[in-house]
Amino acid sequence: MIFKKDIGLLVLILVVGTVVAIINPRFLLIGNISNTANQVGLFGILAIAQAFVILTGGIELSVGAIVALLGVVFIDLIVNHNVHWGLAVLIVVGAGMLMGLIHGALVAKLGMQPFVVTLCALLIYRGTARYYTEDATVGFGFGASFPTLEWLTAGRSELFGPLARLVGYDGPTIAVPHTLIALAVVTVLAGVVLHRSVLGRYLFAIGKNEEAARYSGIATGRITIVAYVICCGLAALDAIVLAMYTRSIAPAVHGNFYELYAIAAAVLGGFSLRGGEGSIVGVVLGTILLQVLQNLVNLLGIPSSLNFAVMGSVILVGVLADQQFTRYRKRSIAQASRQRSAGRQPSRLPRVFR
Amino acid sequence: MTNPFLDLVGIRKSYPGVVALNAVSLSVCPGEVIGLVGENGAGKSTLMKVLGGVVAPDAGIIRTDGVERQALTVHDAMATGIAFVHQELNLFENLDVAANVFIGREMLAGGFLKLVDTRALRRRVQPFLDRLGCDFAADVMVETLSLAQRQLVEIVKALSLEARLVIMDEPTSSLTITETERLLRVIAALKADGVSTIFISHRLGEVERCADRVVVLRDGSVAGELGREQVNHAAMIRLMVGRELKGSYTPPARPPSGEALQVRDARTLTYPAKTVNLDVRQGEILGLAGLVGSGRTELARALFGIDRLVDGSVWVAGAPVAAGRPRSAIEHGLYLVPEDRKRAGLLLDVSVAQNISLPNLRAYARGMLVAVGAEQKNAERQKKSLGIRVPDVGTAAGVLSGGNQQKVVLAKWLSMNPRVIVLDEPTRGIDVGSKNDIYGLLRELADAGVAILMISSDMEEVIGVCDRIAVMHEGGISGILDRPAFSEHNVLRLSVGAPSLPEFATETGS
Repeated sequence: MIFKKDIGLLVLILVVGTVVAIINPRFLLIGNISNTANQVGLFGILAIAQAFVILTGGIELSVGAIVALLGVVFIDLIVNHNVHWGLAVLIVVGAGMLMGLIHGALVAKLGMQPFVVTLCALLIYRGTARYYTEDATVGFGFGASFPTLEWLTAGRSELFGPLARLVGYDGPTIAVPHTLIALAVVTVLAGVVLHRSVLGRYLFAIGKNEEAARYSGIATGRITIVAYVICCGLAALDAIVLAMYTRSIAPAVHGNFYELYAIAAAVLGGFSLRGGEGSIVGVVLGTILLQVLQNLVNLLGIPSSLNFAVMGSVILVGVLADQQFTRYRKRSIAQASRQRSAGRQPSRLPRVFR
Repeated sequence: MTNPFLDLVGIRKSYPGVVALNAVSLSVCPGEVIGLVGENGAGKSTLMKVLGGVVAPDAGIIRTDGVERQALTVHDAMATGIAFVHQELNLFENLDVAANVFIGREMLAGGFLKLVDTRALRRRVQPFLDRLGCDFAADVMVETLSLAQRQLVEIVKALSLEARLVIMDEPTSSLTITETERLLRVIAALKADGVSTIFISHRLGEVERCADRVVVLRDGSVAGELGREQVNHAAMIRLMVGRELKGSYTPPARPPSGEALQVRDARTLTYPAKTVNLDVRQGEILGLAGLVGSGRTELARALFGIDRLVDGSVWVAGAPVAAGRPRSAIEHGLYLVPEDRKRAGLLLDVSVAQNISLPNLRAYARGMLVAVGAEQKNAERQKKSLGIRVPDVGTAAGVLSGGNQQKVVLAKWLSMNPRVIVLDEPTRGIDVGSKNDIYGLLRELADAGVAILMISSDMEEVIGVCDRIAVMHEGGISGILDRPAFSEHNVLRLSVGAPSLPEFATETGS
């Protein structure tokens, strides 16, 4: 499940982290690491969601808008309709999966382009969210309190504390945010599904060569729809976690650009937008790199307005370097195999005239 | 006829394992129409590649206007005035006729703005259209033109490049009879202007009508040349066939019995006016012969459910297969080895083992998870029984040679107890050794009770391997031959079809 590409990314994260830590040691403060970890958890789930669709060669632009709309719905259900939070979670995740079903069906059954379908969905959901709240910010209010739900979504646990005490260390330890634990669970599940299960094989097959997948009897339409259902379902889950984290939602800006963070993380993690390539570990590492970069902007005193520019540059350079490296490796493999079969296949047929 | 402006002398070209051309000589005089005929694989397309400057011959001399060369470059070929009209046309459907003709050489206007002078383009193109008697104008979008009209656009393009030789590769294979007539008139018009034509066709009747001279290729050599007065059907077929077909046929272990595949009144999307009825029995290899474009691949795709059938039904062992669903075909044990193995048969950068398990992945899964061990074990078993030459079944399928790739495609289906296997050109582009492996394998399968339907354009293969041959012509079955009636002559005759068929192709725009 771990690929060479992932190791390269890990090394990059460590290098960037070390540089930041040397310039500004506050990077290593427990509070900072814990906060960054929380951010990784929040954005990682969205990135994994996105990865499922990108794997099929599609794209899901509406995850940010889903986060806004379903976040609003979630708060509204609990605050204004007194729905039990457990039921509200089920309703919201169900609604997300339904959205995915619709996107997937439009793409796979009616042959629409994923970019168009999900761009329209983005606009529709964002607009609906703003209309639904009359463009007002909605929140839980001061008195409201849901201990279990809050603990689950926004809490932190001293996972390492007891272990540290056991070895005689009694300094401060990192409280692990539950969002990170949630991401770990989602990562393991998604990793198993993508890299070990029948469904994952089908998704890779469709992304690599849909025609050959169809000739192998795979119901390509249905599997593509499943990818969108998983993606939007996970986005709905993340909508809940984010709503609990921010406690209030301004529907016009909540979750803005999140789809792009998710796509960026997937691309950094080795996913090809043409489909059929990538690993779940890569996506998570991509998310970590993006968050470390964000942290870097804050800690190194770079104007926060440059945030996007830094992110964009790093992604561009990273993907370019990776592509060149892959090309170089492929060429040397091809050269080696040509040398091996020299004499057996001296000439190659030109492509023209075919 | 004056002196030839183009002379090929003793052209030889070999590829690993095959001599594609051997001491081929050909000369073209201005205004001459040369018919070039020969079976699939006789060397016609290699010869055309030499003329187009795409393939350099191993030996021989090419003389153009008195200049001797070892080989032509693409540029030389264009400068000499050699132009091609391909079977698949290279036109931009979203542009109009004039823009297509002058693509890359547009006349400009508007000074530094470099605007395309559309009016000048159309003015320049119109005379050519008139000269060929085209029934469409220069400002018509190519997407609204019929195939025949698009061909004319290609010819106009060739003329605008001052072509002296237009090479037409199977130009009439998808034309209706009236369209064919018009094309023959165009060829006559070109001739009158001193432009030569090389007319490659399987339709001997048309060759007979338009050619001044016919060159027959067989197994890479010129089998003979026929002058204008000698050209007729029988003479051409005699020269094309001449070869001894090796008697490598292995008869079935026991006589085929029991219907495995029944096709009833099937009509495909490409030829909706023709119905196909076909029976393949258990234990037999039925060859499906016919010319390129006769609807064999379309039939195979429809049987397997990749395309839907317009009408009719498919039965496997007496049970109906749900149309338009590959899954249903697979459940009934009806499998397809597709024509284009790189595009449809394999995932090239996925391992051999994973390719083999793909259609039956659930069988290798415990719960939802793929049991890699079982998958690996099956791949190893298939590797051994089919003789797939790969060190490790974890190797990407794309690295393998053509023959071994085809064995991987076969292995996919052989792990799943086939009842009927449809193979579309299973040995195209495959070396001789692997070919024989595959033939042996097909016979073993048939003897084990599998029904095999093999589409093939390789005459030697069809005659040497099959128990019966069904021949397709323009979407219908034009005849079925039993072994005593097997001959290249008979297959060719059925492939070419009866000359007086009603028009079926859709005519648009004219």
